[in-house]
Amino acid sequence: MKVIKTGEIIEAVKKICMEANYDLGKDVLAAFERGLVTEESPTGKAILEELKENARIAKEEQVPMCQDTGFAVCFVELGQDVKIEGGLLVDAITEGVRQGYRDGYLRKSICDPFTRKNTGDNTPAVIHINLVAGERLKIIVAPKGGGSENMSRVTMLKPADGIEGIKKFVIERARESGPNPCPPIIVGVGIGGTFELAALLAKKALLRPLGTTNPDPELASLEAELLEKINNLGIGPQGLGGRTFALGVHIIKHPCHIASLPLAVNINCHASRHKEVIL
Amino acid sequence: MEAIPLTTPLNDEDLATLKIGDRVLLSGAIFTARDAAHARLCQLIDQGKELPLDMQGQVIYFAGPSPAKPGQPTGSIGPTTSNRMDPYSPKLIAKGLKGMIGKGSRSKEVIDAMMKYKCVYFGATGGAAALLAKTVKKAEVIAYEELGPEAIRRLEVENFPVVVVNDVYGKDLYQEGKKQFCRE
Repeated sequence: MKVIKTGEIIEAVKKICMEANYDLGKDVLAAFERGLVTEESPTGKAILEELKENARIAKEEQVPMCQDTGFAVCFVELGQDVKIEGGLLVDAITEGVRQGYRDGYLRKSICDPFTRKNTGDNTPAVIHINLVAGERLKIIVAPKGGGSENMSRVTMLKPADGIEGIKKFVIERARESGPNPCPPIIVGVGIGGTFELAALLAKKALLRPLGTTNPDPELASLEAELLEKINNLGIGPQGLGGRTFALGVHIIKHPCHIASLPLAVNINCHASRHKEVIL
Repeated sequence: MEAIPLTTPLNDEDLATLKIGDRVLLSGAIFTARDAAHARLCQLIDQGKELPLDMQGQVIYFAGPSPAKPGQPTGSIGPTTSNRMDPYSPKLIAKGLKGMIGKGSRSKEVIDAMMKYKCVYFGATGGAAALLAKTVKKAEVIAYEELGPEAIRRLEVENFPVVVVNDVYGKDLYQEGKKQFCRE
């Protein structure tokens, strides 16, 4: 049995909320470099250069890379031999988010859906907790911007639609989102499960580092095919035309009901932010 | 292609020379407004009341910055998705608005109003918020402070980089750019 105090959790979450917003992952920066090699549009190239420079400024000056510092989406793996001391786990994570957004000069973007009144501290966070074996607590904070989230969709395909139906929906979703989600985008796809699980899988798929290959060869080849087709749309960086509309397509698949074929597409902007901590 | 320097407020002669794809460096005052501020401005117009700023010749930037750190005029400030402002923009364009800065496609109604009253839609690089903040020399809230990031701010900018997405001739860079690189 390992004891983790809520104070440690608050400090850790606070820190990674800031880091996630200031420090763009190396995988995304490497994807910009790959894009610069293959991009044919001069405007597209100039935008990729701007994004590199933006990431440099954000890291160097410790300021948010994007003003939309996002909904604080937290993925938690809690070892079942961990005892949390000093309060509730969810309260500690929420307090960490509150302090991180306050002390890190991050924008507070969460409001009541009816009155649109801002909650003032970027809480509540969205917290997904999984109980796992062992004595450790892993927390990933993945701030998610509103513009790309708005372009995401869940659908319930017919089993007869099959893989072709899946491809068609993903490509059309990318096409319709066009310049809105701040391309170059990353496309997270959740296939199977239930209505809500497909959406969660699509979001989780965004956490996989860019440039890595899906361990399932069938999914790896589907990802490569979809990436090529999405980039062939010609939408390009910022939707101004070019060859780099998407930096990656990431898929997670899960068994589904015999009557269903749930499919979710979660689009992320180039500010694909996530940081993790293990306590 | 060299970027075109332009200073606000803008007039119809400035706009007549701009074509889609032109890179422009804006200097002078621009005003931030997003969802909540647009709703309020249009409510005032509907009620026949005076606006907190004269729209004539002005440029509105669809943006809500992150909080400024001590010593910074503004926090990070990139564009938000413009289509949420589509229901409101034609009313402001009719009041003399000459430029809008954002990201993403506009509705037919907005594009029609831009042609009729002469107004240009500029795209700024979405997500390049730390970079864009560098061009802001001064920022002050001029209305709706209680809206926090959604308040109307007057920004003084120097060489704020934008691209002409919709010109006064009804052309659309999102449509034209895509066509050029499409390989379907």
